[in-house]
Amino acid sequence: MSESLLEVAGLSLNFLMETGDVRALDDVSFTLDAGEFLGIVGESGCGKSTLLFAVTQLLAPNAEITAGTVLFGGQDMIRLGTDELRHMRWRDYSVVMQSAMNALSPTLTIAAQFKDTIEAHTKMSKEAIRERSAEVLTLVGIDPAHLNSYPHQLSGGMRQRAMIAMALLFTPQLVIMDEPTSALDVVAQRSLMIKIKDLQKSLGFAVIFVTHDMSVVGQYSDRVMVMYAGQVMEVAATDTIFDHPLHPYTRGLMSAFPSVRGPRQRLTGIPGSPPDLVRPPTGCRFHPRCPEASPECVTHQPDLYSVDETQVRCLLYQGKGEDALLAAHGEDGR
Amino acid sequence: MPEGQNPNRGVEPGGEFLLKTVDLTRHFRLGGMFSKRILHAVDDLDLTIREREIVALVGESGSGKSTVARLLALLYRPTKGEVYYRGRSIRSLRRRKDLLWYRGEVSTVFQDPFSAFSPVYRIQHGVLRNLALHRPELGRAERQMEAERVCQTVGMSPAMLRKFPHELSGSERQRIGFAQALAVKPKLILADEPVSMLDVSIRAEVLNMMTDLREQEDVSILYITHDLASARYVADRIVVMYAGYLVETAPSETLLAEPKHPYTQLLLSAVAEPRQKAEEISADTGEPPKVINPTEGCRFRWRCPRAIDVCGQITPKPTPIGESLVSCHVAVREAGGSSIAAGVTGEAAGSGASRAPSKGELEDLDNPTGAASITHGQSYGGHAASSDEPPAGEVCQARSSHERSGSLRDPKAV
Repeated sequence: MSESLLEVAGLSLNFLMETGDVRALDDVSFTLDAGEFLGIVGESGCGKSTLLFAVTQLLAPNAEITAGTVLFGGQDMIRLGTDELRHMRWRDYSVVMQSAMNALSPTLTIAAQFKDTIEAHTKMSKEAIRERSAEVLTLVGIDPAHLNSYPHQLSGGMRQRAMIAMALLFTPQLVIMDEPTSALDVVAQRSLMIKIKDLQKSLGFAVIFVTHDMSVVGQYSDRVMVMYAGQVMEVAATDTIFDHPLHPYTRGLMSAFPSVRGPRQRLTGIPGSPPDLVRPPTGCRFHPRCPEASPECVTHQPDLYSVDETQVRCLLYQGKGEDALLAAHGEDGR
Repeated sequence: MPEGQNPNRGVEPGGEFLLKTVDLTRHFRLGGMFSKRILHAVDDLDLTIREREIVALVGESGSGKSTVARLLALLYRPTKGEVYYRGRSIRSLRRRKDLLWYRGEVSTVFQDPFSAFSPVYRIQHGVLRNLALHRPELGRAERQMEAERVCQTVGMSPAMLRKFPHELSGSERQRIGFAQALAVKPKLILADEPVSMLDVSIRAEVLNMMTDLREQEDVSILYITHDLASARYVADRIVVMYAGYLVETAPSETLLAEPKHPYTQLLLSAVAEPRQKAEEISADTGEPPKVINPTEGCRFRWRCPRAIDVCGQITPKPTPIGESLVSCHVAVREAGGSSIAAGVTGEAAGSGASRAPSKGELEDLDNPTGAASITHGQSYGGHAASSDEPPAGEVCQARSSHERSGSLRDPKAV
């Protein structure tokens, strides 16, 4: 493994609201290596988008980072000024937003929007800009003829691809994607994911991919991070997490989707709804919805415990290590 | 759903269809009044829903599935074809009393629970209003009691009725959507993507609620979705649509175990399975088709890996193969097409003349039976040459002329 591209350590963030401070992120730490594909999974309101905004410094004015550092290529993003950040955006990292389909300006052609982006960062001749734009469009599988198209003339999947093309204009080291496929049909979603994965392999950028769909990350990511109520609940390699999910929340997420194959079982899902972060539950934040909660969970806040190569925030695994893993395996019958 | 909970699963409930559509067709004129560009949203759809049956209508965006829901909810008038509800054509529903009756029997749950409620009214407003309109026999106090009852049926406390929409979470709103639909004591609920806007953990709850509703309230449900997995989870039977056509229908398990139409196979292979690695799956761009002034022929043929010459010449008709109905020449042939074709030749012979390609015409499909898949003779030789020509109509036209698709936003009725 090479040196980490992104290092987030102890990041905590509050949103200042009239009703009180909302702790959207609580002591979030993770690392991302160059060329790695990290999937972040969780329900809405678990802080996954906020985490992306904190990493990229695109936060709303009422957000306040109370602790922690975000080191990207050795620089602390939190301390950087607007000009320095502007210089880095698109060049060093780029973001594909959640509704990328609507993120394109409806009044400009694709070419004009690409040109804006390029001109903001470098001096290039008209021809070179055109050439580079055509090149990235081809990369994502769109006919360069569509450079002169307006966004409304493209289908949803194509707009999404165009956004990804834009994110690749400068071949950044890190591309952050916030639910890029959630508005697409299954077939379009698969084709887009395959494209992203191919590009990631050939161009070597790292990807942070945020989604609520466990099955999507399962297919494409190297590592999965599960978030709940602003905290990291479990981090592990994709295969490990799917073979031996440790945290009850992870297991809940995995059983929330019906499958097209295998026996038909009644879905259990996760009862209840995500907590109000103005007044998060005491102890473990998941305990009100947890099927395995014990009295200790109500009073004692769990840390991230290392169990083999998995990190998990659950008292079940406190100081257990190997034994806990074995127990979990036995319990699942796998 | 666990086995044993529904003894009727897989067993055909006796009696007539609750709802039946015959050649249901809906076209939209694109552009101005004199435009000749006609979008075929739904073409010749034969759909049946039995009592206490949950039917899933599956397809990608642009396949016409929502148009079907709107046709059945009387939001659109069909261009052609009939919808029979309890044997009664919905075209005959003209008087207010008749419309009230139909809307009381068939109610709708919409996709987006965040825009389906007026923010200025309490939750109970819609429920009570439905009750006042459709069940005039109830007094004020009875209406309140009934509202509380349906609220409990969808698993919510009656106290919720006093709240405003902004105080509710997504799943609570969607439950209220179902409560509102249930208040009128419907026999059929049209649920247009009821879970697509909901969070993962909540989705399971709403899906479970749908299966429970059938048990408790004896309703049928038309569940419209693009997600095969959830379709399998709730539905007895799955209908797959593509570009306005029915491509395949079968009991859920049969359809997923043995998908016969190449499109169903593609859909099934595209479902993300965590254990399957990305490299193992083939690529398909998944561009939804826009069916503008279609010519004769299978609408899936541009994307179909198994397309043969006939596919470009004759529109396949739903043909029975085992438990399934499949609109595919290749699948029918493989299933011993000769016997099937022979079985319907008699029927087809009568309408043979109208089976010749009639390009671009609106009334091109006046063949009512729709059973014939391959008719012999005339259509083959005469048009074999045209199989090499670039695909002029439908999908490719729409793909290469994206500049036009903007006008889709303002579809006008034909």
